[in-house]
Amino acid sequence: MRLNLAEMRARAPWALRWETGLAIIVVIIGVIGTAASPSFLTSNNLFNLGLSNGEIAIMTLPMALIVISGEIDLSVSSILGMSSCLLGFLWSRHWPMIAIFVVIAVVGIAAGAINGLLVTRVGLPSLAVTIGTLTLYAGIAEILLGPRTVANFPAAYTNLGVNAVPYTGNAVTYSTAIFVALAVIFGVVLHMTPAGRSIYAMGASPEAALFAGIRVKRIKTMLFIVSGLVCSLAGVLYTFRLSTAVADNGVGLELDVVAIVLVGGISIFGGQGSIPGVVLGVLAFAGIQNALLLTNFNQEASGIVAGGLLLLSVFGRNAGSYARRLREWAPAGRRPTESPAAGQGAQAATESRP
Amino acid sequence: MTDTLLRREPPETPAETGSRRLAERVSRIRESGIIVVLALFVAVTAGVQPRFLSVTNIQFVLVNTTIYALLALGETMVVISRNVDLSVGSVLGMSAYLSASLFGQHHGIPIPVVFLVGLGIGLGWGIVNGLLVAAGRVPSLVVTLATLYIIRGVDILIVGGGMVTANTLPGSFTDIPKDTVGGIPDLAIAVAAVIAAGAYYLRSFRSGRELYAIGSNPGAARLAGITIGGRVFTAFAVSGAIAGVVGVLWAAQYGTVDSTAGTGYELTVVTAVVVGGVAIFGGSGSAVGAALGALLLSTINSALYVLGISDFWDQAIAGFLLLLAITIDRIISVRLTAALRLRSTRRAT
Amino acid sequence: MEKAPDELKPVLELRHAAKSFGAVQALVDGSIELRPGEAHALVGENGAGKSTLVKILAGVYQPDAGSLLVDGREVVLHSPAMALAAGIAVIYQEPTLFPDLTVAENIFIGRQPLLPGRRIDRRAMLAEAGAIFGRLGVPLDPGRIARGLSIADQQIVEIGKALSLNARIIVMDEPTAALSAAEVDRLFDVVRALRSAGAAVLFISHRLEEVFAICQRVTVMRDGAHVFTRPVAGLAADDLVRAMVGRELAAWQAGLPAAPGEAILQVKRLTREGVFVDVSLTVRAGEIVALAGLVGSGRTEVARAIFGIDRYDAGTVAVRGRDLRRASPTAAMAAGVGFVPEDRRQQGLVMEMSVQQNIALASLRQLRQAWLIRAAAESRLATDWAIRLKIRYGRLTDSVAMLSGGNQQKVVLAKWLARRPAVLIVDEPTRGIDVATKAEVHQLLVKLAQDGVGILMISSELPEVLRVSDRILVMREGRLAAEYSRAQATEEEIMSAATGQQAQAL
Repeated sequence: MRLNLAEMRARAPWALRWETGLAIIVVIIGVIGTAASPSFLTSNNLFNLGLSNGEIAIMTLPMALIVISGEIDLSVSSILGMSSCLLGFLWSRHWPMIAIFVVIAVVGIAAGAINGLLVTRVGLPSLAVTIGTLTLYAGIAEILLGPRTVANFPAAYTNLGVNAVPYTGNAVTYSTAIFVALAVIFGVVLHMTPAGRSIYAMGASPEAALFAGIRVKRIKTMLFIVSGLVCSLAGVLYTFRLSTAVADNGVGLELDVVAIVLVGGISIFGGQGSIPGVVLGVLAFAGIQNALLLTNFNQEASGIVAGGLLLLSVFGRNAGSYARRLREWAPAGRRPTESPAAGQGAQAATESRP
Repeated sequence: MTDTLLRREPPETPAETGSRRLAERVSRIRESGIIVVLALFVAVTAGVQPRFLSVTNIQFVLVNTTIYALLALGETMVVISRNVDLSVGSVLGMSAYLSASLFGQHHGIPIPVVFLVGLGIGLGWGIVNGLLVAAGRVPSLVVTLATLYIIRGVDILIVGGGMVTANTLPGSFTDIPKDTVGGIPDLAIAVAAVIAAGAYYLRSFRSGRELYAIGSNPGAARLAGITIGGRVFTAFAVSGAIAGVVGVLWAAQYGTVDSTAGTGYELTVVTAVVVGGVAIFGGSGSAVGAALGALLLSTINSALYVLGISDFWDQAIAGFLLLLAITIDRIISVRLTAALRLRSTRRAT
Repeated sequence: MEKAPDELKPVLELRHAAKSFGAVQALVDGSIELRPGEAHALVGENGAGKSTLVKILAGVYQPDAGSLLVDGREVVLHSPAMALAAGIAVIYQEPTLFPDLTVAENIFIGRQPLLPGRRIDRRAMLAEAGAIFGRLGVPLDPGRIARGLSIADQQIVEIGKALSLNARIIVMDEPTAALSAAEVDRLFDVVRALRSAGAAVLFISHRLEEVFAICQRVTVMRDGAHVFTRPVAGLAADDLVRAMVGRELAAWQAGLPAAPGEAILQVKRLTREGVFVDVSLTVRAGEIVALAGLVGSGRTEVARAIFGIDRYDAGTVAVRGRDLRRASPTAAMAAGVGFVPEDRRQQGLVMEMSVQQNIALASLRQLRQAWLIRAAAESRLATDWAIRLKIRYGRLTDSVAMLSGGNQQKVVLAKWLARRPAVLIVDEPTRGIDVATKAEVHQLLVKLAQDGVGILMISSELPEVLRVSDRILVMREGRLAAEYSRAQATEEEIMSAATGQQAQAL
C-alpha cells in the first residue's frame, strides 16, 4: 500500500490527527480526575500541578525540536542538576546572584554546545553522546557540591519558585508562565519559520535537507545549545522551588521529558510532531500524575504511569502497521499487498535505531 | 569436469592480506588499548598509594566488577544486534529485593532456589522486553526506557517503605562474594568463566554470529533469511535473565536491599560496554572487551577511593571516558574505512 | 558432451506474468526463459518492467497472473528465502553485505560449516570461500572484513554467496554500472566461469555492447511486456534499440541554440583523491553541457563537489567569475547554483512533506517576512511553478509521495527553478520517468538554456545526451576522457570514450 501514515495525516481531516486524539484523552483525564476528586480542577490544584511539573514542561520544548530533527538529548536532567549545583556552589561563595545567573547561562550554553559539536562535527550518534554527557554533567554536579546542600537562598528568589504570578488569581506559577511563553515562541519558530521547516526536513530526510542547502549541522548545534540554556534555566527554577541545591536534583527527569514528548505525538524517528501536541502531552502527563496524587497512589511509583504512557504512544503510532501485518497473516487464498519499495533493505523499527 | 574453471591461479595478493591484517590489527588495538589504560592506571595509583595493590583491595575490586561485568555480558548481546537494554538496573533491583526477602519469609530455603527465583524474575521481564521489541517493532530505546520506569514503579509498590536487612540473610549466602580460592574470589572466577563462555558463544556459534549480522546490516540480515525477531527476542531474554541473577548476587554482596537497589546501573553498564569496544550501533565488539570495560570502571572507582579523591569524581570520569571512547572509535573507523577503500580502488584500476 | 544451449530444457520459465501496484501496472506480460549454461540478456528502457520481473524471480513479489516454472515445475516464491531454495540468486546493483563480518562469513552466514558440538569451523569456512573464489578466478581474501570493499569486489562476494548456495540461476541487475573497465573484464570472466559450471546467468544491462560481448540470447521488454527473445548473433544494436523504443523517434531538433554567452561556471583542475582527478570544464550562459560516462566514472562526485555537498582536495570552482567557497552548499546557492540530484526520493524530495512544501524548500528565506514564512506567498510560489511545469497533483497539500515519478521530478526542478539559478546542475534528470514527461523535461531544459541559464547535465542515456546538449564531455575513471560538440558526437563515439576502447585525446 503506497498510502502511509504521513499521507493520511496530510490528507485526512483533522479528526484523525494524533493531537486530536490526545486532546480527547486530556479531556477524559480531566473528567475522570474531577470525578475522583472534586478538587481536581481548582485553581489551587492547578497551581500545585504547575509547581510540580513546571520545570519538566519547560524542558520538553527544546527536546521536542531535537527529536523532530532526528536526534535526542538525554542529558537534559543532568544539565538541570549541574546548574542547580552551580547555583548552590557559587551562592555559598557569596557571588552576586546576577553574576551567578550569567555563569549558569554560559555553562548551559557550553554544555549544549558540547553535545551539538560531538554530534555534528565528530559525527557521533546523539544517543551515545548524550548518555555520556548525562553521566559527565551529573558527575560535575556531584563534584561541585559533593554531599552538601545549599539552602540559604534569599526569599526574593525562592518566592519565584513558589508564588503565583501576580494578577492571575493564584493559579499560575512562574514556571507555568515561562512554559506558556516558551511554548508560544517555540511553536512559532517550529511551525512558521524557515528554521522550523528545516528542522522537519532534516528529521524526515537528512539527505534531502542537505541537498536543499539547509545547514543541518548549524541548526542541530543550535538546538542542542538552546536545550542546554533552557535546561539550565529550569535548574534555577527547580532550585528556587525546593529552596535547596543538592547533587541529585533532577536525576531521572529526562525520562519524564522523553515520555511527554513521545506521548505528545513526536515521532522518535524524527520529522513529525507539533508543539500543540507537546503541550497536550504535558497536560496529559501532569493530569495523570495529579490524579494519582489525589487518590493517594504512591507517588514514587508513578513511573509505571509514565512508562505505560510511553509504550501506549509508540504502539498507538504503530497501530496502522500492525493492522497491515495482521492482514498479511491472512489465510493463503489472499495475497499480501506490497509496495514497490518493499523487500530490498526495508528497515524495520527495531533496526534503524537502538 | 568443468567444475574448476581456472583462468588464473588466485594468489593472495599482498594488498589483500594487508587489508585483512589492517582490520584485524585495529580490532585488537581496541581491546589491548583498554588493557594498556588499565595497566597505566593501576601502576600510577599503586605508585602513589601501594595499598591499592593489597590483596583485600584487589579482591574487593574483582568482586565489585563481577556485577557490572555480568550485566555487561547481557548488554553486549543486545547492543551487538543494534539494540539497547536500559531496564537492567530496575530488573536487578526487583530481583534483589524479592529474592533476598525469600530468606526472611521461608527460613531454610536453599540458596540455589533463591537464585532460580531471581533468574525467573529477570527472565520474565526479559521476555516482556523481547516481545515488545521483536514483535512490536518498537525501538528498543523507547521500550526499555518504559520498562525501566514500569519495573521500578512496580518494585516500589512491592517494597513499600520496607527493606531487607543483612541480618535476615543466612551467612552462607552473604559469604558468596567473600569466599576465595588461592586468594582469588570464587565469584570472580565463576563470572570470568561465564563471560568466557559467552564470548565463545558469540564468536563460534551460528546464532551468535547472526546477532552481529543483524547489527551490522539489518536489511541484509532479512534478505539472508535470518530470523531477526527470534534472535533479538533471545538476546533480551538472556539480558533480563542475567540481570535477575545479578540481582541476587547484589543482595549477597550488599545485604541491605530497598527500593533504590540498582538505580542508575544501566548507564554504568552501557558505558562499560561502549568503553569496552562494542559499537553503539552494533555489528562489532566482544564480551571480553565489555568485561574489560567494566573492570576499568571498577578499578577507577577503587583508585579514587584509595587516593582519597572523593568518589564524586567517579561519575564525571565515567562520562568523560564514554565520550572519549566513542570519539576515538569514530575517528579510527573513519580512517580505517577510508584506508581500506583506497586500497581497493588502487588495486582495481 | 555438453549440448548447445538451444537443445537444453529451460531451467527457468516465467510465462505471461502480470503485476500491478494500486493503479500502476508495472508488468503486463512478462515472459522469460533461461537455459542452463547460457548468459541471457534482458534489456529495455527504464520503466519497461525489468526490475519488477527480477523482483518476481527473487521472491520479493508474487505475480498477479502468470506462472513461474523452475526445472519444469510450477512454483510460487513467497519470499527471498524460497527463491534461494529454488536455486535463484539475485545480485543487485547495491550489494548488501555485512560490513563488520569477514568475506567468508558474509558468504556463509547462517550456514557456516560446523565442528562437532555445533561450533563454527572457521578453517573450513575460509577454505571453502577460498575455493569458491578460485573457481571464479578472483583473488579475494576470504578472511578480510567486508568494510571498505569496492563495489566490484562486493559483487564478487555476492556471486560467491550465490555459488555457495548452489544457485543455478544467477540474475545480475545492472552489474557493470559501477565498475571500471578492468573490473568489467573480470566480471565477464566470472560470467563465463559460471556458464561453464552450468548455471544460467540473466544479465540486465543498458549497455548494449556488453550484451553483445557476453550473452547468447537477448529478451527485449517494452512498457511492461515481452517484445521478443532472439539469439544475439545476427542482431544489431539498432534492432535492439528499435525494439526497446518501439517507434522511430521523431528527429527532434532543439532549434538553433542561442549563441552561448559568457562563461558562467568555470571548474579548474578539480581533484578529489581516489575519486576524480584534474577535471576542468566550462559552462556558458545559455549552454547545455552534458557530462557522459559510465556510472562510477565520477560524474556525480564532481557535481557534488561543485555544489559543495562533498569536499575536494585541489582545484577551483568559479561562478560568474567569482571563486566559490568549497564544501558549502549555502555559498553555491547564494552564487546562483542549483542542483537536481540523482536520487529523487532520498536526495531530491522530502517524501513526508507536501508538494507545496517541497517546492518551497529551497526558497524559504525569500518567502520570509519578519521571520515568518508567509503562507500565501508559499502557496502562490508553488502554484505558479506547478502550472509552469505542468505538474499533475491532487492538491498542493498532498504528500509528494503520491505523485508519479515524472511529476516528482518536476517538483524537484520547480524547487530549484523557483530560485532562478544562473547555473543548474541536473543529475540523471529523466531517470525512471515515463517517455512523455521525459520529453517535457528536455523541452524545459532547452527553454531554460534559451533564457540564459547554464546547464550541466549528467546523464547515462545517450539518446538524451545527444538530443539535448550543445557540448558533450565524457568522463572515465575519474578523468575527463573526451569532448565533443553535438555535431561531432555519435553514440558509438561517446560509448567508446566512456569505456576507454578508443584512445581519445582531450
